[in-house]
Amino acid sequence: MRQPLSIIILIFIYHLIPIPADAALPAGEEAAGGEELNVKEMILHHLADSYEWHITGDGERDLSVPLPVILRSRQSGWHLFLSSRLHHGEVSYRGFSIASEGKYAGKIVESLPDGTSVRPLDLSLTRNAASLLISSLLLILLVLAAARSVGRDPLKPKKGLGGLMEMAVVMIEDEVVKPAVGKDYARYSPYLLTLFFFILINNLMGLIPLLPGGANVTGNIAVTLVMAVATFVVVNFTGSKEYYREIFWPDVPVWLKVPFPLMPIIEVVGLFTKPFALMIRLFANIMAGHAIVLGLTSLIFVSVSLGATINASMTVASVLFTVFIDFVELLVAFIQAYVFTLLSAVFIGLARVEPHVVRNVEHSPEDHPAHK
Amino acid sequence: MSLLTPEAGLLFWMMISFGIVLLILARYGFPVILKAVEKRKNYIEASLVAAREAQEELGKVVQTGERMLAEARRDQHAILKETTRLKEQLIEEARTAAAAESEKMLASARKKIEAEKEEALRTIRREVSTLSVELAERILREKLGDEQEQMKMIDRLLDEVDISKA
Repeated sequence: MRQPLSIIILIFIYHLIPIPADAALPAGEEAAGGEELNVKEMILHHLADSYEWHITGDGERDLSVPLPVILRSRQSGWHLFLSSRLHHGEVSYRGFSIASEGKYAGKIVESLPDGTSVRPLDLSLTRNAASLLISSLLLILLVLAAARSVGRDPLKPKKGLGGLMEMAVVMIEDEVVKPAVGKDYARYSPYLLTLFFFILINNLMGLIPLLPGGANVTGNIAVTLVMAVATFVVVNFTGSKEYYREIFWPDVPVWLKVPFPLMPIIEVVGLFTKPFALMIRLFANIMAGHAIVLGLTSLIFVSVSLGATINASMTVASVLFTVFIDFVELLVAFIQAYVFTLLSAVFIGLARVEPHVVRNVEHSPEDHPAHK
Repeated sequence: MSLLTPEAGLLFWMMISFGIVLLILARYGFPVILKAVEKRKNYIEASLVAAREAQEELGKVVQTGERMLAEARRDQHAILKETTRLKEQLIEEARTAAAAESEKMLASARKKIEAEKEEALRTIRREVSTLSVELAERILREKLGDEQEQMKMIDRLLDEVDISKA
């Protein structure tokens, strides 16, 4: 209980430090001006990716870790430099700058000689990408350490990291993979376990407000897209004959499939909606969690202009609510990883149907986890 | 909105990192853990079976031991009884032997005594007869010193013979 609490306290410290200078202005005479905290922009900025790892400060007194920018321009080829060169979009470097508005707001654009700007191929190691790499490395180390500790003497029950990881692995294997996939589950369990722990560690890292974490990784659609595509590939490349027969020639009246293949079309659309739902569910849940925490925290700064009493009470409310939401987010971090894995396992199980007689027997245990 | 459009760069990094993680963990991570757990599960099952067998074995051993103990006790009892019987028999035998021996000794002693008594009697008788003959001789010599007397004697003796013959 201590740990998350201190993390939450850190969230406040993190947000409090830069603000007084900022908030001092709206509290003064200039309040009505453009200096007022734009909550929507702030939240969107935090949810989006960025080229540097912002730690604290704003505007002039920034403290942030610059990250490498990797670009390929059609005109000038490959470029590699640190994001500190661009400095918040105010400076242009080698013709590149961060667009402040327009279609490419917040992204690096290349200014062409004719005055227009285009996006180069942007493979920059952004905050999300860096966070991904860090948590991937962390995950690999954790699992390999656990595997080594467990594998060295398999007959001895393990304590510490090995025991924890073993418990989690066995839980996912027994509760998710086995019942959902059914026969042949062992082929899929490494993929599904990797999926679960990858999502979990990125969700948890996203809850830590300081440097190695804090990025909205699993709340980014590119990240969930890759995992949804991976599940799509696994499901459809290992599907059984019966599975494809049910898609292209389902057991429905013939007029539903012959002159106009209505049912096959619905089934094929279903192929894509399943992973699409996976992608959106994880992305939306995690992004919403980050947005709520940010929104509740900004209550403090929004209410500054309403006077000391309201500000103080709002601060207390904000802290309480944020603590609560952070606990909920811890739960969500686990649940979303679990749900993504469970549904992937269920889709794999559904794609491995056997011809009817056998299928009806196997159907009930397969359906069971989906109803949970 | 930019939140809903996947970025090419992040897609690239995500594919790389997820791919590497998947490659490493699916090969060297989770299978190792799962195999170890499976191994331990099998080991525990085997141990349980072995423990049950050992328990049964132990039960059998205990039973055998008890049976052996009972047998030994019975044997001991029998042996003790036999020994007692033998002892008594021996004593009895010894006693009868001793009695017979003493009887024999007594008998021989008695016989000897008898023999000696007879010998003694015989000797005494012989003595007495010798004595009496001597005495008779002397008496006769005394009495039959004169002729008359001798004649009288002869007559009387003859009478006596006659009487005894009649």
